[in-house]
Amino acid sequence: MTGTHALLEVKNLHVTLTGDRRRRTVLHRVDLAIPAGAALGLVGESGSGKSLTARTVLGLLPQGARVEGEVRFDGRSLTAMAPAALRGIRSHEIAMVFQDPRAHINPVRTIGDFLTEGLVTTRGVRRAVAEARAAALLGEVGIADGARRLRQRPSELSGGLLQRVMIAAALLTEPRLLLADEPTTALDVTTQAEVMAIIDETRLQRGLAMLFITHDLALAAAVCDRIAVMYAGSVVEELPSGHLSDAEHPYTRALMASRPDLGGPGKKLTAIKGRPLSAFETGPGCAFAPRCPDARDTCTTQHPALLPAGSGQAACHFPHHPRAAAGAAERSTSDA
Amino acid sequence: MIWRFIARRTAMLVVTGLVASIAVYSALFVAPGDPATLLIGGGKPPNPHLLAEIHRQYHLDDPFLQGYWRWLSGMLHGDAGQSLSYRDSVTHLVTGRIGNTLFLIAYAAVLIIVPGVVLGTVAALRGGLGETVVTAVTTAFMAVPTFVMSVLLIWWLSVQWRWFPAYGAGSGFAGRVEHLTLPALALAAAWTAYVAQVTRSAVRTELVSEHVQTARARGIPERVVVRKHILRNASGPIFSVAGVAVAGLIAGCAVVEQAFGINGIGALLIQSAAKQDLAVVQALALITVVVFVAINTLVDVVTVALDHRVSLEGTS
Repeated sequence: MTGTHALLEVKNLHVTLTGDRRRRTVLHRVDLAIPAGAALGLVGESGSGKSLTARTVLGLLPQGARVEGEVRFDGRSLTAMAPAALRGIRSHEIAMVFQDPRAHINPVRTIGDFLTEGLVTTRGVRRAVAEARAAALLGEVGIADGARRLRQRPSELSGGLLQRVMIAAALLTEPRLLLADEPTTALDVTTQAEVMAIIDETRLQRGLAMLFITHDLALAAAVCDRIAVMYAGSVVEELPSGHLSDAEHPYTRALMASRPDLGGPGKKLTAIKGRPLSAFETGPGCAFAPRCPDARDTCTTQHPALLPAGSGQAACHFPHHPRAAAGAAERSTSDA
Repeated sequence: MIWRFIARRTAMLVVTGLVASIAVYSALFVAPGDPATLLIGGGKPPNPHLLAEIHRQYHLDDPFLQGYWRWLSGMLHGDAGQSLSYRDSVTHLVTGRIGNTLFLIAYAAVLIIVPGVVLGTVAALRGGLGETVVTAVTTAFMAVPTFVMSVLLIWWLSVQWRWFPAYGAGSGFAGRVEHLTLPALALAAAWTAYVAQVTRSAVRTELVSEHVQTARARGIPERVVVRKHILRNASGPIFSVAGVAVAGLIAGCAVVEQAFGINGIGALLIQSAAKQDLAVVQALALITVVVFVAINTLVDVVTVALDHRVSLEGTS
């Protein structure tokens, strides 16, 4: 409808949570844009704020959360939306696939209840019709005997099957955007590949946009058009997935270097030195500075802004690019 | 699978009943004192011939196994023997009083389950001050023993305010409701508080669970989330504790019936125990145990029907 906007736009998102009477910043600054039908991979270590970003989009934050900045879906602001309208978005426009299907699917009700519930309660589809659609969709995600599975309970299905059920439940409402929060992390390796292939295929067939959250840079690059890298509650680099090898931010480069190499035995794994910081632990400077091999004085005192760099954007005072060194001074911003 | 579970639990119920019957019979067999002296009464030393005649008539000198078998087969045929102190058949004594007791238990059960579940659910869903108040009040109620609650209620609602009669069981439905309100309240108070707390914590657990988050993420209306996900999943523990509470009422009845002068099974148990009336005490003890175990079995079966994961753990 609004051609100039991306389907999902996250601008300057800052989120704080209250816990134990203390306010903690969990997202410092997140900027994302996903055009209709495109896939964005959101990559980062545990605790970097990837899942929280997805939850913020759907308004699924715990009580006492304060959200600043903008989340727009198809031009409409989700952060300012009334609860009823937001429920409409959840049931019709944006679907989420969670990491652990065994915890995220009601264990005492049947697969059929889970799959059809959305259609029956939010669209008034008759139960029998909804079940027929669900069974057909189960076939599409690689579960052949759908009609029988509808009568079963989650405890009777394997993790891989259950994750397919979750994907089918997400697709059943025909959304325009899929939020996939580490959908394959809880599965074993062979199942991971199958489930990933199903997500990729069904997404492309339907022209669905996707926010794919993972800690696996290579996997994200394989299924997404663009990659956004998060560190300590901020997006530090955003670039097309084909250009990962030209990444400018030292953190992205370190992630690339720490991938295990299947080339041969005897090569040592490279790890990033130090431990990942949580968003609330960061100081005034660059959050990655304590672990950065190229850190200089400016890095510990001034917060780098996300600015165009190479084929994407990077938040670094000294991006790894021959031309950038000269312009480093004007890249720094004083607001932390 | 569920039928095998039910069969197994029923077999366990029968075994428990048998073990209980042996325990009940032998406990009173070894009790001190001669029940035959009751029949004679008075301060004079009893006539040995008369005592021997009574012993013969009531089979008081039979060997243990023979006596046990006579007693058990009689119980199974609905003949619980003769009461020495009431000079009446135990079956007649019990059937004449069981109506009052059942009415009291049913009344108390309603007072336990309805307010308990409602209070606990509202406290958990609303949170905040309401939850704190409900938790504090229910904790206080849980600490008050039934006999203290009985005295407090009589003093307050019967003596001070004259709202309810303090004595007797009444007749007819309305009369019974009027007479049994205070006893049922006294019997229910602590258990209501207990059910409210278990409900609150079960609902709280489900409220923050991941599958409820999924339901919300899918835009399911909140009332459906509460009914089909939160309450549905919390119903297992709520039903279990409610079942234990109702089973516990059977024992709790004795205190309340005695305190409020209700002519029921519980009062009969206390009075006949004081009079060393063997046949009555044995019969009532066995009935109490069997009903208690039967209710617990029923609760287990329903719990499994509510949550199939329990059955999987139970049969493996």
